[in-house]
Amino acid sequence: MKKRRVVVTGLGVVAPNAIGVPDFLEAIRMGKSGLKYVPDFERLKYLCHVTGRPPFEWESLREIIPEVTFHGLRGMGIGFGLRAAVDAWQDAGLPLETETPRWDTGIVFGNSTADSALMQNVMRRVDALEVKKLGSRVVEETMNSGVTAYITGRLGLAGKIVTNSAACATGSQAILMGYEYISSGLADRMVTGSTEFVDTYIFGAFDAMRVLSRRFNQEPEKASRPMSRTAGGFVPSSGAGALILEDMDTALQRGARIYAEVKGGATNSGGQRGGGSMTAPNAEGVVRCIREALRISETGPETIDLVAGHLTATLGDLPEIQNWSLALDRKDADFPWVNSLKGMIGHCLSAAGSIESVAAVLQIAHQFVHPNVNLEEPNPEIVKRIDASRIPTASTPAVINTVAKANFGFGDVNTCLIFAKWK
Amino acid sequence: MEMIMDRHAILEELKKVLGPYIKNKELLQNINETTNLIADLRVNSANLVDIVIDAEAKYNIEIDVDSAEKMTTIGSCIDVIQEKLGQPS
Repeated sequence: MKKRRVVVTGLGVVAPNAIGVPDFLEAIRMGKSGLKYVPDFERLKYLCHVTGRPPFEWESLREIIPEVTFHGLRGMGIGFGLRAAVDAWQDAGLPLETETPRWDTGIVFGNSTADSALMQNVMRRVDALEVKKLGSRVVEETMNSGVTAYITGRLGLAGKIVTNSAACATGSQAILMGYEYISSGLADRMVTGSTEFVDTYIFGAFDAMRVLSRRFNQEPEKASRPMSRTAGGFVPSSGAGALILEDMDTALQRGARIYAEVKGGATNSGGQRGGGSMTAPNAEGVVRCIREALRISETGPETIDLVAGHLTATLGDLPEIQNWSLALDRKDADFPWVNSLKGMIGHCLSAAGSIESVAAVLQIAHQFVHPNVNLEEPNPEIVKRIDASRIPTASTPAVINTVAKANFGFGDVNTCLIFAKWK
Repeated sequence: MEMIMDRHAILEELKKVLGPYIKNKELLQNINETTNLIADLRVNSANLVDIVIDAEAKYNIEIDVDSAEKMTTIGSCIDVIQEKLGQPS
């Protein structure tokens, strides 16, 4: 069967530096930071005292969900995801209310862990012999499919309902799966995206790995430094992103605004072999993933205008650039523009792929490259391989027809998406 | 100190407890003692337990599981709350 074309018709974002598409667009143009110092992290003797949390007003959920749902809702990740998905839905010009199930629309929405703040409450109550006081809502809010279930209920979705999880590749993998369902004719429309809430305990678990930024605790906005000589670890952050994907003909029929096309993508693993491990990707797996994404999307590597990298500000940045260079067979001044949103907002883990894909789509829709912040001095090993001019530190107007967006997650899972200007 | 409340006063308070669990607030206008929480007020059955917990907090009482299971109508809710408040019907 001929593959159907898939387009992006709606965007929603709850990011540390902005909520909602207009503010987020402005924020990523300006290189606005969403990173803040957290006194509690210092008190808890964490090495990293910085995180990015969306400026989210919990009460604002009342605007998008009924009181019956709002009353008793506590899960922060669910709140972020609901907001992003409902915003994306409305951004796509689709009516919020429906009496009948939407049989033609499904969802792939991802996240990482059960809300540990909610689980902490369960443990306290149980240990205090007060299980009776927990109420009925804990299970639905701590099950991994919780965020998907809440979005499904709010929008009346009735196609494929999938919750995915692939660590830091979760968000881009959700988008890829949504794309695949539509392109193969199994759905007309998919809500795709992911959410992440890094509460104190999850943050502590990352801190214990000693892979977080710790030299800029007093200057939180400088703490996340992808591709920089002084990069010293990542900053775990929270948020959510959502994209409404539609079969192109379905979108055109209803006169939808089209942001960009999803040309295709690929997801694989390096098998935790050949240099790959639980926490580091096998370079061959990454290169294969990028090449497979190009093949599936019938995209020539020479046509990539922008690499929207994973680029977390760790030791992984250099090998990532090497992998891109090898996979695309491009180097020096011939390398595409490259940027990482993580300098502004940190690493939103399972939400990274969706928030960064929203940014990628906006850079196509508005023809610019967002700045790399905290890159006063690029990593000398990186600029030996690609020209420093390809890593802009200021917002740059540019012809952006095609973007390659990738994320790499624990478990050695890779995902690469190809977004293009819709023609 | 024990609260002294008659059935009517409890019903008025109960409306506030039930409010967040009822989608269609108009259904609360005409409730009486025979109104069924699930059939008439369309409360999600899973939320009955939350209503019991909220009522416990509101009246500062403990409602045991057997009593909670009786709380299916407005009248039976008032019965249980009155009983737990240590008040004769």
